[in-house]
Amino acid sequence: MSHVEEIPDDASQEMNMLEAINHTLHQEMRRDERVMVLGEDVGHNGGVFRATDGLHTEFGGDRVVDTPLAEAVIVGTSVGLAAAGQIPVAEIQFLGFAYQAMHQIAGQAARLRFRTRGRFQARITIRSPFGGGVRTPELHSDSILSQFANVPGLKIVAPSSASDAKGMLATAIRDPDPVLFLEPLRGYRMIKDEVPLGEHLVELGKARTVSDGSDVVIIAWSYMVDVAMRAATELANEGISARIVDLRSIVPLDTEAIAQAVEDCGRVVVVQEAPETNGFASEVIATINDTSFYSLEAPVERVSGWDAPYPTGQLEDFYVPDVGRVVAAVRRVVETP
Amino acid sequence: MTRPLSDDDLRAMMTHMIGARVSSQRAFNLQRQGRAGTNAPIDGSEAIVVGAARALDPTADWVLPQYREPVALQRFGPEVLESYVRYILGDPDGGHIPEPVRVWPPQISLATQVPHAVGMAWGMKRTGETGCALVFLGDGSTSEGDFYEAANFAGVLRAPVIFVVVNNGWAISTPVASQTAAKNFAAKSHAFGFPGTTVDGTDILAVYEVVSEARERAVSGAGPTLIEAVTYRLAPHTTADDPTRYMPDDELVAARGRDPLTRFQKELSGRGLWSDDDTTRAEADADAVMEAAIQAAEADRANPIELFDHVHAIRTTRLERQRREWIDHYGEDPR
Repeated sequence: MSHVEEIPDDASQEMNMLEAINHTLHQEMRRDERVMVLGEDVGHNGGVFRATDGLHTEFGGDRVVDTPLAEAVIVGTSVGLAAAGQIPVAEIQFLGFAYQAMHQIAGQAARLRFRTRGRFQARITIRSPFGGGVRTPELHSDSILSQFANVPGLKIVAPSSASDAKGMLATAIRDPDPVLFLEPLRGYRMIKDEVPLGEHLVELGKARTVSDGSDVVIIAWSYMVDVAMRAATELANEGISARIVDLRSIVPLDTEAIAQAVEDCGRVVVVQEAPETNGFASEVIATINDTSFYSLEAPVERVSGWDAPYPTGQLEDFYVPDVGRVVAAVRRVVETP
Repeated sequence: MTRPLSDDDLRAMMTHMIGARVSSQRAFNLQRQGRAGTNAPIDGSEAIVVGAARALDPTADWVLPQYREPVALQRFGPEVLESYVRYILGDPDGGHIPEPVRVWPPQISLATQVPHAVGMAWGMKRTGETGCALVFLGDGSTSEGDFYEAANFAGVLRAPVIFVVVNNGWAISTPVASQTAAKNFAAKSHAFGFPGTTVDGTDILAVYEVVSEARERAVSGAGPTLIEAVTYRLAPHTTADDPTRYMPDDELVAARGRDPLTRFQKELSGRGLWSDDDTTRAEADADAVMEAAIQAAEADRANPIELFDHVHAIRTTRLERQRREWIDHYGEDPR
């Protein structure tokens, strides 16, 4: 069943996000022969971003499957495969295409365990890149994770580092529940860090303090963590000490980490790529209201995409939150008496 | 290749058809009495479901129903009906058909079960299990994208799956002519690259024959088959429907003259295998089984706190917190 690789415990290597995902898929497929990869162009082509590069050669067309161009059946057959004891890792080529599988993700995979009282479980990982900034055609950049966050039964994670991508993807594949694993499209090659080569698991539902600070906390996830980090560097030059908390996991949400950061800093900015209305930032702020309202020294600000459809290339730099908007929001929050 | 049916098989099939209609009518009445929720009677489709089930191997094959079929799947074990009764009573356990019964619970979202069947069949093929998945869907469900996507992929995979389109003429009030311009639903299989056949769904022996052949194809690695079984819906779509608004009376009267139960009773009587007394006994037995299932389900109503169970394998911290709030408000067991 399993193939254990001999890797020194402390070995690591710098990888970008894509390399980390690719490396993890190789390891998990070696580890458990029930793991299958399916999706559009994932086989011979190795994925349109090469996330699945080499898998077809190593594991063959029986386990690395180029599907027809049909998102609903990619997820729908994954539900059946899972019920039959396989562990599908399905790729939706861009999260905006998940609308065509929404009923199978939200209506079927997410509630399979509930509606069968545990007789069947949808042990499925759905990988999908999302987010803007790379001049894609329409519907390739939409940041629609909050639409899934309203679906009980689904877990949703959105790592911001290569190391977390490995640890969380491996954990997601081994998790008995369906996990939507969201990858930062813009950060695929830009994000680089040391990735442990051996067993590396990151618990789903635990936020990470990326950098410490005391005047304000910037809460972000996925590629917006990178934006927040650059904003923090600028703010440091102005003498503002910004802590950055990477949620990592949307569902389950690390409420305790949010509360702790708010108690420590008292001032909060939440950054998301999604449109403002009903984006996940709203949920983060509502959570702060529940847990830490009296720790707040200023109203929480959110920096979001606008309530307009994700725009075409000439407009997108004025849509996706950037360093300037985050810095401006932090200044407003910090300057509130 | 079709396994010949013994006299016992034939009598069991008749018994199951009668049982299905009795259970279905009891379920309908339960709704009228306020004891059950909306449910969909099987009247007119008994020969299709019972005939198909007889062609399968309950220890090796899977059935994925839409929502009308569970009352006619006795061959897969009494648990199917017991769960179904709980299901229409609103008990969450109604969705749990216990191991090792190879039947999925009812699926309300039309045709979404079709990709699941293909996935299961694919998984069985991968692990070398000898068996197939049979999925029921209605004429209306053939218009759903999931049907096309799943059937198309099944053809590519040569998955051991059987698609049974129960064409009962109506999707609530929408007649077949508004559903497709195709000559019949079986013709759609040509586009998927595997065989399709239309069978008289009021003739249980014909259904048994075509499903047996489809199963043989599936388990021998030859791939999927699409079967269109034609019948007529002899009851309202569901307990919530009034077909007098749209269903022509003469059509219904003519269809009652082709009732699959009457047809098979005549066939078996002609062979000396069935009598009116057998019918009376089968009806009484089915009624007793249904009554026992209803009694059991009504005596064991769910504790509403179960709504926090089986959301995930392990409850999230947030759901755990909500559960505590729920208990503070409603108590541990507000039944």
